[in-house]
Amino acid sequence: MLEYRIEIALWALSGVLPFIMFSLWSQNDVGNSFGLNDIGLARYFLSAFLVRQFSVVWVVFSFEEDSLSGRLSPYLLQPLHPLLRYVAAHLAEQATRLPFAIAIAITFFILNPSSFWLPSLSQLFLAYLSTHFAFTIAFLLQSLVAALCFWTEKSSALERLIFVPYLFLSGLLVPLSAFPSNVLKVAMLTPFPYLINFPAKILSGMPVDIFNGFLAQILWISILVPSVNILWKLGVKRYTAMGA
Amino acid sequence: MHRYFKTIRLFWSTAFASQLEYQLNFLIELIAMVGTLLGSVFILSLFFTGGRQLGDWTWESALVIQGVYTFLDGLTNALLRPNLTEIVNYVREGTLDYVLLKPIDSQFWLSVKKFSFAGLPEIILGLSIVFWAAIQSGSTFSSYSLFVFIISLLIGFIILYSVWFLIAASSIWFVKTWNATEVLRALLAAGRYPISAYPVILRFIFTLVLPVAFLTTFPAEAILGELKFNILFFGLILSSLFFIFSRLFWKFALKHYTSASS
Repeated sequence: MLEYRIEIALWALSGVLPFIMFSLWSQNDVGNSFGLNDIGLARYFLSAFLVRQFSVVWVVFSFEEDSLSGRLSPYLLQPLHPLLRYVAAHLAEQATRLPFAIAIAITFFILNPSSFWLPSLSQLFLAYLSTHFAFTIAFLLQSLVAALCFWTEKSSALERLIFVPYLFLSGLLVPLSAFPSNVLKVAMLTPFPYLINFPAKILSGMPVDIFNGFLAQILWISILVPSVNILWKLGVKRYTAMGA
Repeated sequence: MHRYFKTIRLFWSTAFASQLEYQLNFLIELIAMVGTLLGSVFILSLFFTGGRQLGDWTWESALVIQGVYTFLDGLTNALLRPNLTEIVNYVREGTLDYVLLKPIDSQFWLSVKKFSFAGLPEIILGLSIVFWAAIQSGSTFSSYSLFVFIISLLIGFIILYSVWFLIAASSIWFVKTWNATEVLRALLAAGRYPISAYPVILRFIFTLVLPVAFLTTFPAEAILGELKFNILFFGLILSSLFFIFSRLFWKFALKHYTSASS
């Protein structure tokens, strides 16, 4: 991983979307209408950026490549679930991203000195935990799509169908408290708000229902784990070892 | 010139034939497109709560920008993405050699080889939104404003193409440019909103450094009949410079091409 430093730096940069949105919301004074002043907005979007850095998932793309090029066959023979291999790769890259993420956070504080804050240890711990849960949910969601690789050659196209609701409902573009209440109700029934909005709120110190948030995260994980397992088992039976 | 048109026709008819195999893809793109549009219009509406305006753009005129963005996104999905993301593979696998041997301009070949028909609905929808929203915001089209609109769309597309091609061409040196493309795409998303809605420093960057303003805001101003002539003139010069630079850069990159695996 350390060989590809530029690549990882670019990856970190490609997460600038929350900052672009922050500049828009604060420039147009919209924050007040959903109960956030400029400092609150700045903290929220920096937290959203950080949460995304450590919960972003690309398993479907790696998996599709391995499946099409036939590399998956030896993985399937090994006495280790192939998905764990991807989990390890993701965690390793998250670790290498840490310095870049810190550098971007420092730059952000230099540009917006008034927004500087240090979360308390307990906030930091809870945010860390919920980000890991967010990563787990995102990983499982994409694994569901990845398992469809066993049926169709182009499952990465299907990933768009998760990415679109993720983009708008996760809180990457706007804190969910800005949503009208009926939209918010629907959004909270999906797993997406627990991927960015919930951990980012903890990290930025916004008021948040910690108990119910964690409960929902654990609930989603306990629904998704067996689903992925079942789909995976069905898929492996159909596996035809492309490219081998 | 005739040869180039004939080549495009052959390329795209083959592309059409091969894509008929993947009809599911077409459906997925369609659903994703509708979802994206609904989502971004919803986010846009949040800026207008309580009778607010977005950088002195009204709701209807801001929708024109969404339309232009959708249109360009469709062109990107149809033409830029399928072609320009392939260049890195040609370099990595050494098949760029065969492209260079062909008796046709290599930049042309690499830029138009493929056409993804799944991008077409987005192009059509984008244009429909532009005209619908322009009418809603009380714009009366003249042949002049339509002409300026087409020219400014062309300016935007050429700038977009050139920047993307520059990044793709740098794959001659760096084998993985995928991430740089992701950065570009993230920044281009800024084009969903009018340039005047950004803080001054970003306005400057998005006009002169990475000219996002020329992609969406200025074409939208053109159809609303508000585009100043000197901006159009500046855009013509800027887009020509970008395009010339992308060609020179490609020629320069080819000098450094040392063919893989042969």
